[in-house]
Parts: sequence; structure tokens; C-alpha cells
Amino acid sequence: MSDIKTIFDVGARALSAQMVRMNTVASNLANAGTVASTREDAFRALRPVFETEFAKAREGLSTTNVSEVVMLDREPERLYRPDHPAADKDGFVYAAAVNTEEEMVEMVEASRQYQNTLETLSTLRALMARTVQMGS
Amino acid sequence: MTVGFRDSIGLHANALILRERRGEILASNIANAATPNFKARDFDFDAELSRAMGPGGPDSTAPGHLGTARADGQLGYRVPVTTALDGNTVELATEQMAFAENTLRYQTSLQLLNRRISGLMTAIKGE
Repeated sequence: MSDIKTIFDVGARALSAQMVRMNTVASNLANAGTVASTREDAFRALRPVFETEFAKAREGLSTTNVSEVVMLDREPERLYRPDHPAADKDGFVYAAAVNTEEEMVEMVEASRQYQNTLETLSTLRALMARTVQMGS
Repeated sequence: MTVGFRDSIGLHANALILRERRGEILASNIANAATPNFKARDFDFDAELSRAMGPGGPDSTAPGHLGTARADGQLGYRVPVTTALDGNTVELATEQMAFAENTLRYQTSLQLLNRRISGLMTAIKGE
């Protein structure tokens, strides 16, 4: 990706990183109740991995990027549901390894950090706009 | 008595450059609030301003030249109040407070600079 030149590059990438985080929370919550017939097929919560990207030309400017989205290494719960259509031959299904409370906390944190970055950015933008009108 | 244009607006012009720079650094810190191992940066505004206002500096070619505020000043690392397990040293309260203060002081410098310029304009027009 191109180099970070202004504060708007910092903001755009940081906001899209938080957006990826919100999207993973949404898909985790959407899959929270699903079951699968095998341990391997069961859904496991997704998490983005954040990494810092530094501006090459200007020291001090840096932003957040999502380097990858990983599936958490968690054991799906084995439930005895003999009447479930997806049950295996012993009558067990494997529930998605998603902790709803944890996802809610993740969602609140992501949205607060999105707001913080956006607020910072709009303050700097307003300052720039006022500076442009200097002397008039 | 002659006062150069540069002398009359110098302080706040340099202050404005440094305030803008500091705002961008603090915004970068806030943008990285959730990144593991990110180390928050900042610089000493007073030290940078007196360096910019002092005589000499790397860009002066004659003894009478004033320095200018430079965007590549000495950047340091913030010492966190409480350390986080993931190695991130951004503390949102600290950063937001510093950002709010920086914004206010930027506006102050801008306002003073505006007044100075409109004063000069009045003097030029003689109205």
C-alpha cells in the first residue's frame, strides 16, 4: 500500500481496521448458535490481528492495519442432541465456540475506538479549515 | 524603528507548525490504541519551540538568521502510568487530554496570528 502522507491516511486506515473488527464481531455473533456434526466443522470465533504501520517519510505518523484475521483456537462444546438432524452417530453435535459476552465487550471497544479516532480526525480537519482562512 | 514581518509573527508561526505536528502524533497514538506492542510517541513542545526560536540551527546560513520550526524534531516515547500486558503504551485518558490541550493552544496561536495579520493589514491600508 502507498505511504502514509497525511493525518487523513492515518485516519482512513485506522477506521477501516476498527471496521474489520466490528465485522468479525458481527459474524461471530451471527454464528453463535450454530452447530456442526464434527468437531472440525464447528465455527470458531474470528479475530483480526492489528499491527502498526509507520509512515516512511515522516517520523511519528503511524496507523493501524489488520495483518490477518485468525480463527481462535477454542474447543467447541459437545452437546448431546440425538434428535438433531446434524447429530453424529452417537447423537452429539458441536456448538460454535463463541463467547457472546466477550463479543459484546469487543464490539463496544471497537465502536468506542472508532469514535475516538473519528473525533480526533474531525478536530484536526476543523483546525486545518480554519488555518486556510487565516488573515481574511 | 523597523520590525521585520518575520519578527512580528515569528513566535506563533513556529508554534503553529509544532502544534500541528504534535496533533498528528497524538492522533496517531489514538489510532493505535488497540495495537499490540505499539509505543506512544510525543515531543517536548517547549524545548522544540525554544530550539526553533533560538539563533542558528541547521538551516541558517548567516549569523542573523532565526531558526524555523522543523517537523523532524526530537521524538520521545511516552512512559505509561500502568503497563499493559500486550505491550501497548497508549493510555487514552492521557492522549485525549494532551490532544485537547494541544487543540486549544493551536486555536490560541491561530487567533493571535490572525489578530497580528489584521493589525498589519490595517496599518498597510491606513484606513
